[in-house]
Amino acid sequence: MDFNLTTEQTGFREDLREFLRAEVPLEKQEIFGQLTEEQYQFGREINRKLAEKNWLAIGWPEEHGGGGKGPIEQGILNEDMGYWRVPKSGSIGLGIVGPAIMVFGTQDQKDRYLPSIARGEVEYCQGFSEPNVGSDLASLELRAERDGDEYVLNGSKMFTSYAFHADYMYLLARTDPQAQKHRGISLFIADLKTPGISLSPLPYINGEMAAETIFENVRLPVSCLIGEENRGWYHAMTTLDYERSALWRYANVRRVFDDFSAFCQGSAPDGGQPLAEHPLVRHKLAQRRLGMETWKLLCWKVAWMQSSGAVPNAEASVAFLYGTEERLRFAEMAMEVLGPYATLKNGSPMAPLLGNIEGIHREAMHLHGAGTTEIHRNIIAQRGLGMPR
Amino acid sequence: MDFSLTEQQQILSSSAREFLESECPVSAVREAEESADGLVPGLWQKMADLGWLGMSIPEAFGGAGGSLTDQAVLFEEIGRALVTGPLLSSSVLAAQIVLNAGNDTQKERLLPVLARGEFVLTLARGERLETMSEDDGLVLGGESAFVPYAGLASHIICATQPAIGAWPDTTLVVVDGQSEGIFKTRMESIVNYPQYLVEFDDIPLPPEALLGEIAEGRKVLDAAVQRATVVQCAETLGRAQKVLEMVLEYANNRVQFGRPIGAFQAVQHRCADLKVAVDSCRMLTYQAAWKLDQGLPAGDEVSMAKAQSGTLSRMATEAGHSIFAGISFTVEHDMQLYSARAKIAEANLGDTEYHLDQISIENESPVQ
Repeated sequence: MDFNLTTEQTGFREDLREFLRAEVPLEKQEIFGQLTEEQYQFGREINRKLAEKNWLAIGWPEEHGGGGKGPIEQGILNEDMGYWRVPKSGSIGLGIVGPAIMVFGTQDQKDRYLPSIARGEVEYCQGFSEPNVGSDLASLELRAERDGDEYVLNGSKMFTSYAFHADYMYLLARTDPQAQKHRGISLFIADLKTPGISLSPLPYINGEMAAETIFENVRLPVSCLIGEENRGWYHAMTTLDYERSALWRYANVRRVFDDFSAFCQGSAPDGGQPLAEHPLVRHKLAQRRLGMETWKLLCWKVAWMQSSGAVPNAEASVAFLYGTEERLRFAEMAMEVLGPYATLKNGSPMAPLLGNIEGIHREAMHLHGAGTTEIHRNIIAQRGLGMPR
Repeated sequence: MDFSLTEQQQILSSSAREFLESECPVSAVREAEESADGLVPGLWQKMADLGWLGMSIPEAFGGAGGSLTDQAVLFEEIGRALVTGPLLSSSVLAAQIVLNAGNDTQKERLLPVLARGEFVLTLARGERLETMSEDDGLVLGGESAFVPYAGLASHIICATQPAIGAWPDTTLVVVDGQSEGIFKTRMESIVNYPQYLVEFDDIPLPPEALLGEIAEGRKVLDAAVQRATVVQCAETLGRAQKVLEMVLEYANNRVQFGRPIGAFQAVQHRCADLKVAVDSCRMLTYQAAWKLDQGLPAGDEVSMAKAQSGTLSRMATEAGHSIFAGISFTVEHDMQLYSARAKIAEANLGDTEYHLDQISIENESPVQ
């Protein structure tokens, strides 16, 4: 067992932190529930600067424009970016699309798509969920029909995060409606400027602007098909396992927890004695510190498994499920401790921690992304523990 | 970063499991619990021969010179097999105290025999245990409750408080367990091993009874307790892992409503939650062991592991009794052995609430 980073990895972390201290001052850091266009663009700018240092895709092989290191270094980057509250961008390209193309893409596709992702120049969104399809994703209905050298797409995708900023969508579509449901799906990359694609705004409660993406006779050249036709489900599920440590999400929350903990040690919002001096509050803080440390270890276990060549599956669900629930436990605890002050929004002069607490409470309602908590329990039970379906 | 066991640790783990499956089956555990000494006949000596009792003792004093991580690996198996005997009190607590507070003569006198299984040591650390200075030397008086295996113990290490005003802090002494003036009364409880209320009737102590300096035992005691806490977390982990496996085997075979009950999500989700708790406790436990092996301060890490192990104990108990249901309410079913031990472990060496209070809540932010 070794819970330490190597000297080189620690060196990278120190360099990265020096960069973040200089480039991401407090006033630029994201506040939960308050993402602005300006902040999103700031995040893009940071990504480009990281790319100049060859750090953005640090875990990618050098031949694809990456830094030639591994999942541990990528984890360090994600953890610190999350802790510094850098507005997130580029993550779907870097974490999901890129690795999928490396495994299943043609040489032409690798040349076409990978370098711009590694340079932080493009944004991707993901087209998996649909209006009628959520947990039972393999029942998806968006149709892609072959017509000569093209596929014609009709249908719609739902809950498309980053849609309004994205250049491309990484999507699953049904190419064989006759086949058994998992075996008739293919994976595509669609340029969102293609005629026939339209976006209908879908504002989220965390302030994010997502979309429903509608496809009407959208013609994609066959060169947009990733991997084998009708094998898309399996390609997509395999590559989802690549970006599973979710250290960014952990560190986002950890930062607010640390700030909250420090806040409780100063005088209370009403001027009274520090909240942390109240035994009950102290106890709650200790419970959450335990929760946060556990979450961190479970995430790093996933990153470590990847670095040793294993493909985490149920383990990723363990970490993800734990994180989703820990985030909610913390949000509820902080709301409870601060009482009505916690409900004050950013901009309200008396809002503790710039309104981050009510913001994280809204964010914590996100109990569904990458699978609902129930789906993750199913995965742990069925794939991890071998229980019957 | 590497969260895997070394090859040697993997061998230790698998050979310990194999050994205990044949030498310490549940039937033997049940018999031991009914016996006066609480031991599986012959097992103590065999464990000594395997080097388990002296695992944390340096080779110079007859031990195996293993790390705390090694010991945790072993205790996962000890927990899994419900092994009885004063392993924690003799081979961890007492061994560590003698090792860190004793002089060479004391170490040579006590450690090799402890490692060979010839002597059993135990620890008494009641609030009302006192040493006082008389003209002819130290005198030990007072009492201590919950002393495990005091009946068997060749020696009792006493962590004593000073008689009022005499000196400021804990003094460690070791007394012959069969000395005149020691009275042992067995405490009957859900604890399935013999534990005692031990009274000391102002026993005069020879100079060689003192371990370390007067009033300087606190640090050694705390360090030993810290290591024992990690080891006990590993034991809990092994037990919970076994409960999970038992429950899965049952759920996947027990048919109700025309299918295995393990096909029901209500049952699956309970198992998934137990798996999450097992994985969490494993990471926290080995993090604490690793830190101590590195010689780093690990107070927070040990307390986090112990707090989580308390939660895990309760979850394993609830999942077990809920999924096995009726049959686990019978004495003949093994689940009750696991749940009784889970409760003892939860209460021992500081419960969840105690350890949550030990966890620091100050953070150092790298941002500034």
